[in-house]
Amino acid sequence: MSKLINNHFDMDIHPPYQATEYKSTILRASSKPLVITKKTLSELSGPVFNDFKLGVLDHDLTKNAIIDGEPIGERIVVQGKVTNELGQPISNTLLEVWQANAAGRYVHKVDQHNAPLDPNFLGTGRCMTDTHGNYKFYTIKPGAYPWGNHQNAWRPNHIHFSLFGGDISSRLITQMYFPGDPLLEYDPIYNAIPKRGKELLISSFDLSVTEPDFALGYRFDIVLRGHIATPFKNK
Amino acid sequence: MNLKQQTPSQTIGPYFAYGLTPIQYGYNFRSWVDNKMSEDANAINIYGKVYDGEGQTINDAMIELWQNDGKNQLFGRYGTGTEENNQFSFTTLKPNSVNKQAPFINVIIFMRGQLLHSYTRIYFSDEDVLNEKDSILQSVSKERRQTLIANKTEKGYEFNIHMQGPDETVFFQI
Ligand SMILES: [Fe+2]
Repeated sequence: MSKLINNHFDMDIHPPYQATEYKSTILRASSKPLVITKKTLSELSGPVFNDFKLGVLDHDLTKNAIIDGEPIGERIVVQGKVTNELGQPISNTLLEVWQANAAGRYVHKVDQHNAPLDPNFLGTGRCMTDTHGNYKFYTIKPGAYPWGNHQNAWRPNHIHFSLFGGDISSRLITQMYFPGDPLLEYDPIYNAIPKRGKELLISSFDLSVTEPDFALGYRFDIVLRGHIATPFKNK
Repeated sequence: MNLKQQTPSQTIGPYFAYGLTPIQYGYNFRSWVDNKMSEDANAINIYGKVYDGEGQTINDAMIELWQNDGKNQLFGRYGTGTEENNQFSFTTLKPNSVNKQAPFINVIIFMRGQLLHSYTRIYFSDEDVLNEKDSILQSVSKERRQTLIANKTEKGYEFNIHMQGPDETVFFQI
């Protein structure tokens, strides 16, 4: 804990709370300055996943919801490393992912997009980082989908990620995008990210991650806020 | 020190429920966490709503609670889309005071329309003495301090979150 520095969100990288092009922020973004606190015992810790039991198929979205056949779409494998800001691996941390199916449709009940559901695809899963901070999961490449933000608004292909890291200040929810997506330039959610941060959310196609005759490979490394090498153990 | 750049945050969006809170919302996927943080006989109930800038309750927020008083480390998660009037509720232990500071619970708030999550704290209205001396509570202006204090009611503790407006909740940079 010797290197503990009360580092904050880097607002040259993170999107602001208020980003009016993304209309839902207008009534939901807080408007007063954040109150800065020193971390106490509670902020220096967070849920620990050392004994966490994943389901056998939790990391394989191509198989974890099969009813009567394979899900439709392009199989992909997503792999990456989770580190802190010093580049030290964050081991044994939980990643949760969720996404639309290949047609751009979410299983979520409020998704009204007129594209087919896939009976064999739920679109959610989870995995853990190993001792080197590496993670890997299999899925179907998500489709683009329309949304109501403005006329002819479409979200680029993306996978939602949720991560914890060493303490509650490293908590992160984000979205992974795909290289060369023409919709990125029109997306107010992606474009709310300052210039310096933008390319950090675009995965890279990686032939060495690609599995022959099975799935295209994408690499997506994640850096969580914090300088602490080892997660605080609380159990 | 040469630091790596933090991965930018993006919104949780409207469709997180089947991935992050599947059982609560009735999806066929295992949940690893819910709003029952403690089954102890002395557990308390904390409930409330999240309001937008027009005073409407928000039905697609996800609330996470974390508390660590040195004795108990408890984590809970709940969405505002299944209970009447878009309420959230948690069952947990009331934390103990640490270093003579007032007991509190950390809150992490996610929702569509938030590109970056928010942090606040739940303090307790029946802890007047400690609240009066708590250095963090006292660092907040008196008018805004009330937004951090859950009110004891017959049903437990009520803690409402206002994203904007005259009652805007105090959010922290931790
Ligand atoms: Fe999405």
